[in-house]
Amino acid sequence: MATVQFKKIVKKFGDNLVLNGVDVEIKDHEFVVIVGPSGCGKTTLLRMLAGLEEITDGEIFIDNLLVNELHPSKREIAMVFQDYALYPHMTVEQNMNFALRLRKMDKAEIAGRVKEAANILQLNKFLERMPKQLSGGQRQRVAIGRAIVRKPKVFLFDEPLSNLDAKLREEMRVEIAKLYQRLNATILYVTHDQVEAMTLAGRIVIMNHGIVQQVGSPIEVYRKPVNLFVAGFIGSPTMNFLSGRLKLENGTAVFFNKFITMPIPAFVLPQSEAQDGREVVLGVRPDDVLVERPGGEKCSGKIEGVLEVCELLGHRENLYLKVGGQRVLATVEAFFNRSPGSAVSLCFNYQNMHVFDKATEQRISE
Amino acid sequence: MKKQLSAAAKRKRLQHFFIHAGIILFAGACVYPLLRILTVSLRPGDKLFSTDLSLIPAGATFVSYARLLGDTMFLRWLWNSLIITLATSFIGVSLASTAAYAFSRFRFPGKKAGMILLLSSQMIPAGMLILPLFLMIMKLKLMNTYLGMIIAYSVSSLPFSIWILKGYYDTIPRSLEEAALVDGTSQVGAFWRIILPLSTPALSIAFLFNFTTAWNEYLVARVVLFSSKQYTWTLGLFELQGQYITQWGMFAAGSMLVTIPVLCVFLYSSKWLISGLTLGSVKG
Repeated sequence: MATVQFKKIVKKFGDNLVLNGVDVEIKDHEFVVIVGPSGCGKTTLLRMLAGLEEITDGEIFIDNLLVNELHPSKREIAMVFQDYALYPHMTVEQNMNFALRLRKMDKAEIAGRVKEAANILQLNKFLERMPKQLSGGQRQRVAIGRAIVRKPKVFLFDEPLSNLDAKLREEMRVEIAKLYQRLNATILYVTHDQVEAMTLAGRIVIMNHGIVQQVGSPIEVYRKPVNLFVAGFIGSPTMNFLSGRLKLENGTAVFFNKFITMPIPAFVLPQSEAQDGREVVLGVRPDDVLVERPGGEKCSGKIEGVLEVCELLGHRENLYLKVGGQRVLATVEAFFNRSPGSAVSLCFNYQNMHVFDKATEQRISE
Repeated sequence: MKKQLSAAAKRKRLQHFFIHAGIILFAGACVYPLLRILTVSLRPGDKLFSTDLSLIPAGATFVSYARLLGDTMFLRWLWNSLIITLATSFIGVSLASTAAYAFSRFRFPGKKAGMILLLSSQMIPAGMLILPLFLMIMKLKLMNTYLGMIIAYSVSSLPFSIWILKGYYDTIPRSLEEAALVDGTSQVGAFWRIILPLSTPALSIAFLFNFTTAWNEYLVARVVLFSSKQYTWTLGLFELQGQYITQWGMFAAGSMLVTIPVLCVFLYSSKWLISGLTLGSVKG
């Protein structure tokens, strides 16, 4: 396996700047997921690593070898495409052993590798079939099998599950996680689905507008998003954002807007960041909005709201609340049993509260 | 309900009847001249101008065929045509398939203009090209040669073939070639191993077009070839047309014989003219 380094990668399509100085380092045996909204440049970055896209500026290293000018076939990478890209005129077996045949590998070795991959992916029964005779999930498994047999230095996955239905996607997600445990390979995985990113990644690279926003473990980016974009992108349902200003009362920072006033303890916002009149955005995840529950020291004071809509998800329930003119989403245990329009009290859990500067959109809380 | 259904069924049956009647009428119109030629080719020499309409004439004989093959250089002309046509078809399709690939997959200056230029070259009537072709072939010192004919034919059907193939390549997902590149092929390898096998329907069409155009061509052959030994069958058959007398029996026999290679090529290529070759390759 291998390390991968992106150094100051720039990509332009005409005048359109797609990637702007991307610096990422992937360690040996690491599973890194690049996540971001459509058009953020994540697939372009992956394709540049594969050698399918020219690099406008910057350097890419695989195992400390500069690969900018290296042909895709010489990079020792394997790629699983979003649309499977199976060769339609070849059987499953021929698809899987295509790369090995090109290398003129020993026939017994080829058969052994295909058999091993087919065993892992439960494809033994389908080796003689043509791609058109397979279901979507099976095709995706063949595409993964085609990558496995090559034993490459780096595996590249380009949104491999986005064409599957929800149930199959879940199954394949587990399969890929198991596969990683088994292969212990260096994997770079691109997706726009933050659930895939959170569940599969050792580290997540979050991108937007061609810029890396944050790199960190799933729990890091969830607990400590560095800016408003990451805070809004990671986590489902999305984080609540409350805009307002800070004021200092007896040395304590107080957040206020038209509808809410609450102190922000020093363990959330350091004194150095608490300037009087500073415009800020508070971020609170729906799980950290406590409804009709006693607060305690680690929570804000009670805030009155009105229940607008309830969404029962089975074991959890989403409550859309109105606090003055501000909408707040809370996720609570199922069967809240209150009718829309009724008054409810809520408070915010300080321990997981995020404060961002409104102008720079950067995190200023601890 | 039953009544309604039966009325609908009746209407459908009537519709089918008219459709089939139309098809049979057109098929008859197409086949009739061929059958008449067959009849003429089988007639004995004294009944060539008979008004008898029977398919197999009284006293049917293969004398015209025997005389054509024995007394004239017809086999030689057929051979010349076959060599020129096959070479033209293979060269034409090879050039078109690679040129179309470049037009389909690469970005280069003048790509759009090139495609339009190719298309507009098809709008020039064939007769207008005779003089420039004659001058070019003469300057290349290829008059009265196979090569001269092959060059003239291959380039003239190139634009159409490029358009056909480019259109087809555009429908093949690029990710298939990219997968092949990552798997270890070169760009040429990806074209050879992935694109070409998937393009057989379009390649067959281009081949058929090249074949039939070259096989039936007369004008260019008339200008380039001047010794009867080098003649293609189109020129050769006209040899049978004299100032005072035309050998209609042999003419008809020749006409029947030249349809055989075309028929064979059509029947053979029909198995490649299948759609849905790329099914299952990518998410549909």
